[in-house]
Amino acid sequence: MAALPFAALTAAALANRSFPGKALIDGVLHVPLALPPVVVGYLLLLLFGTRGPLGAWLLQHWGVRFVFSWTGAALASALITFPLQVRAIRGAIEAIDPGLAAAAATLGAGRLDRLVNLTLPLALPGLIAGAITAFAASLGEFGAIITFVSNIPGETRTLPLAIYAALQAPGGEAEAARLCVLSILLALLGLTLAEVANRRVRSFAGR
Amino acid sequence: MSIDIGFAHRYRAFALEVAFQAQNTGITALFGPSGAGKTTVIDALAGLIRPERGRIAVNGRVLFDSHTGTWIPAHARRAGYVFQDGRLFPHLSVEANLRFGWRRAAVALPEADVSRIVAMLGLESLLARKPAQLSGGERARVAIGRALLASPEFLLLDEPLAALDAARKQEIFPYLERLRDEQRLPIVYVSHSLDEVARLADTIVLLGAGRVLASGPLFDLLTDLRFGELSGGSPYGTVLEARVARHLVEHGLSLLAFAGGELAVATLSRAEGSRVRMHIRAEDIILARERPRAISANNILPATIVALRDSTPQHVDVRLGCGQTHFVARITRASCKRLELCEGQNVFAIVKSVTITPAGNG
Repeated sequence: MAALPFAALTAAALANRSFPGKALIDGVLHVPLALPPVVVGYLLLLLFGTRGPLGAWLLQHWGVRFVFSWTGAALASALITFPLQVRAIRGAIEAIDPGLAAAAATLGAGRLDRLVNLTLPLALPGLIAGAITAFAASLGEFGAIITFVSNIPGETRTLPLAIYAALQAPGGEAEAARLCVLSILLALLGLTLAEVANRRVRSFAGR
Repeated sequence: MSIDIGFAHRYRAFALEVAFQAQNTGITALFGPSGAGKTTVIDALAGLIRPERGRIAVNGRVLFDSHTGTWIPAHARRAGYVFQDGRLFPHLSVEANLRFGWRRAAVALPEADVSRIVAMLGLESLLARKPAQLSGGERARVAIGRALLASPEFLLLDEPLAALDAARKQEIFPYLERLRDEQRLPIVYVSHSLDEVARLADTIVLLGAGRVLASGPLFDLLTDLRFGELSGGSPYGTVLEARVARHLVEHGLSLLAFAGGELAVATLSRAEGSRVRMHIRAEDIILARERPRAISANNILPATIVALRDSTPQHVDVRLGCGQTHFVARITRASCKRLELCEGQNVFAIVKSVTITPAGNG
């Protein structure tokens, strides 16, 4: 549970950094969207497991361990929701009139200057919408997380994992129902916020 | 010569090849029909497109030269570009828009000059607004101010009036005239409206299908008998600058002196000595072989026929010399035959009506 906000934050940060070369890596980024989440989780386990090439290196040099920890859950969520974010942000950027960038250039703004002071502020509602969508989606992540980091209470247990666990335990139906309501509320909240942000995108683009 | 441009560019099936110079002061109009390549020329000047070959220099600074491989990107050119659609940044206030280029200038304009430009364009009351809250005319003025505050080396105006209705155009003209008269900058003004050009420009570059068809001082070119044909219409008439010489209050007239004579018009509310620009349509000049005596017209100018041209099956255009000034008149072929007009002949030009607009102080 504690992992969830971090998952959203991690993903948002990653999405931000993806800007300059986004067209190039766009194709690769969409792979997690098409793959079954269990496959993503398994690949992560192979890569980041304590005996995996990256995981071993990280543990040895930095003492960082992803498997069976909330950071691993965050990593899995980030990877799965990455394409969603990129899509939302890209859409927002493409809605910006390219003439504005030309105008900024004639006024003395270089490439980085235009990105920071024109493109990003105009795409801000899209950034927010992307982050919220990803947050909502990562709340529901199941397959990749259970494969990669298992289901450890207080560490890697997301809402669906908690619901699943409650249903497996005898007499856990009431707990499961409670968690379901919470899940629905969170989903509604997330989607409402995303819609509000979306409207702001449109009012920006249409001036 | 302040702007010196000569380049070739190909865009899909459209080939552009132009060369011209623009002076340090006053407005150079790039005039021609839509699709003539006008915007491409100023985009090349601003660095928004890179021509295939050629050379572009402003004030001796080479911005592009395909021989040496010189290419200065748009953000380092210091071109003040006023786009047709304004292109104000929607997320910034008017003030932040105005300051966008100002903040990025190598040497920022002093605050006193900022206030002067804001006042010149009448923007004081708009500073806190967002672009979405502005009218079309206000948006055009902010776009001009934003370009000026970046302390540009040259100004490019791409049909700044095209998106405005007639009333809004009249609202912007005085600002453009002040721009022309107060800023010591080369200004390139793109337009397909000869009315705008005749009112504002000092030099015309006539573009057609990617080529320079004619170029020269406005006053000469407009009375060139080929101009009407080249610009795809009939002669625009005579445009000339004059000084308010004297008010004849008892007659209700003002005398305007130009290089070649004087014209009397209904009293102008302008100080003696101030400069005005006049437009006389070709159809508003009547020719006479002898000085008419009993006639209501106030203006009868002695002139010499410089050139005659059969312009339409019904009309003959006549270029007249009057001192250092040229006039163009359109008369019917029948009149021309009856009067037996020919080049070098002395005639009298009777001016029926004159339109007056303000002119530069220079």
